[in-house]
Amino acid sequence: MRVIGLETSCDESGVAIYDAREGLLAQRLHSQSRMHAEYAGVVPELASRDHVRRILPLVTEVMREAGTGWGQIDGIAYTAGPGLVGALLVGASVGRSLAWSRGLPAVPVHHLEGHLLAALLERPAPVCPFVALLVSGGHTLLVKVERAGRYEIIGETLDDAVGEAFDKTATLLDLPYPGGPALEQLARAGDPARFSFPRPMVDRPGLEFSFSGLKTFAANTLLGYRHASDRDRLRADVARAFQDAVVDTLAIKCRRALRATRLSRLVVAGGVGANRALRQRLTELAREEGGEAFFPRAEFCTDNGAMIAFAGCLRLQGGEWTRGGFDVRARWPLDALQAIAPG
Amino acid sequence: MKLLAIDTSTIACSAALFDGGDPRERFEIAPREHADLLLPMVDALLAEAGWSREQIDVIAFGRGPGAFTGLRIAAGVAQGIAFGLDIPVVPVSTLAALAHGAMREGGGTRVLAAMDARMREIYWGAYELEGGGRLVARGAEQVCAPMDARLPVGEGWFGAGDAWDVYGDILRLRLGPRLAGWDAGRYPRARDIALLAAPVYMEGGGLPPEQALPVYLRDNVAQPKKRKPSAPE
Ligand SMILES: Nc1ncnc2c1ncn2[C@@H]1O[C@H](COP(=O)(O)OP(=O)(O)OP(=O)(O)O)[C@@H](O)[C@H]1O
Ligand SMILES: [Mg+2]
Repeated sequence: MRVIGLETSCDESGVAIYDAREGLLAQRLHSQSRMHAEYAGVVPELASRDHVRRILPLVTEVMREAGTGWGQIDGIAYTAGPGLVGALLVGASVGRSLAWSRGLPAVPVHHLEGHLLAALLERPAPVCPFVALLVSGGHTLLVKVERAGRYEIIGETLDDAVGEAFDKTATLLDLPYPGGPALEQLARAGDPARFSFPRPMVDRPGLEFSFSGLKTFAANTLLGYRHASDRDRLRADVARAFQDAVVDTLAIKCRRALRATRLSRLVVAGGVGANRALRQRLTELAREEGGEAFFPRAEFCTDNGAMIAFAGCLRLQGGEWTRGGFDVRARWPLDALQAIAPG
Repeated sequence: MKLLAIDTSTIACSAALFDGGDPRERFEIAPREHADLLLPMVDALLAEAGWSREQIDVIAFGRGPGAFTGLRIAAGVAQGIAFGLDIPVVPVSTLAALAHGAMREGGGTRVLAAMDARMREIYWGAYELEGGGRLVARGAEQVCAPMDARLPVGEGWFGAGDAWDVYGDILRLRLGPRLAGWDAGRYPRARDIALLAAPVYMEGGGLPPEQALPVYLRDNVAQPKKRKPSAPE
């Protein structure tokens, strides 16, 4: 089974071809983040306008790179939500119509399922069951994955997502949007001993998160030291303290989640999963717990077509496809999904 | 030549097949249901006409102006089908289609197409039917306040499109006796997209699939955020 995957839920146009036997054959990404930077956030209408210009050239490129003609394609997967409706509709309309014109099955994919299963593109791949930590621009979830398609949310953020907290704090630190990667870079030069930020929600039981307070703490610290002579030093130290607090908090909750579920495998997903301090910390933690941590390569942590092609391939193998039109959903609870039938 | 035409630029959703005779069309007023309806409409038309997908030679679509999301649905579907079947696309102005429909049914030769563009503006275009039965635009398409719509010369103009309802008073006042009548209940439809696209395709005017792109007319959709000075104080 060979599947083309299209991702257009937010500000990245991603296309990939995944083959159930041969693995990932080709993938391409166009990121709009530079375009949105001058607006300090994603402008939905501009995102949609860009997707409709980019998507087909990306399809052409991956087909060429994979050396694949239509004869070898067995289905088309596209992100159908959650995300920006206008943006989603571009991938959905192109994907569904490509499938329609070739008489192929098309399958709508849940964007977060794509993220959650991205680590399965790597070798060695984690096997179910596992605990997944999804840390992206819009989500912070701890998910118990009994098997592919069955997702039990066991922990969630009560306010900001981790990626959002990174981006907002980065803005306070005068870093360009989206600031997660730049903040990580800046934190490297920071002194871990100068500031100590709170670890939100770790003193009470449960797997809930809260990150909005950290951003406020960073803002107050910057304000308190606004007369400091060495502003660059200050920025780096605040970045470091912020990142340490986030990594610590996530690690504490992941440890709790592994213990509560009695599982040993921890799978990380989503853009913040690219953060090296986090990866290192969670790798150590899983080992301490007698288990193992799994991460997608950094480029598959953020939005990409490969994860959609992969999740779509699993669902197509399980006999799922869509007839008729191409619905998309801004909101779509992850635990509303059905388990994937073994292919 | 077997031509498929689609339009989802307004609250109407339509598809048509054309191969020289009278186009076969499906048309529905269906706000926010275009993504659901469009492909099943095309399936029904193909079954009715006894065509297979692979027989389609060219796909025409309403490229705008109109509702942004709707324009991208038509462009996306046109891209997907054209790429999958390896056939060309013909983008057609929705204002021209609106004017063409009004002439086809009303018999006149001069139409002022006007669609509500929200934000107190209209999409506007003036069209005339020339001797050889060819529709020509009198001036460029506009998105503008009804007061700023460029009026063509001459008399006997007929108004078409929903802006003749929403902003009818201003437009009628400006046209005065040069306006022969109006129909605000008209929308662009795939039948007219097909009839306008066919000669373009026959004359070699088809485009590659990735050039199936919307024409929004309204392009100032976001304000850049002013960058604050990087060092406070
Ligand atoms: N190295 C990094 N360190 C910290 N954060 C990072 C890093 N790299 C990316 N991020 C953050 O990851 C987020 C983007 O991740 P992703 O693309 O998965 O999110 P999204 O698709 O916008 O949100 P969602 O998938 O929840 O809808 C941004 O907030 C970005 O700042
Ligand atoms: Mg994402």
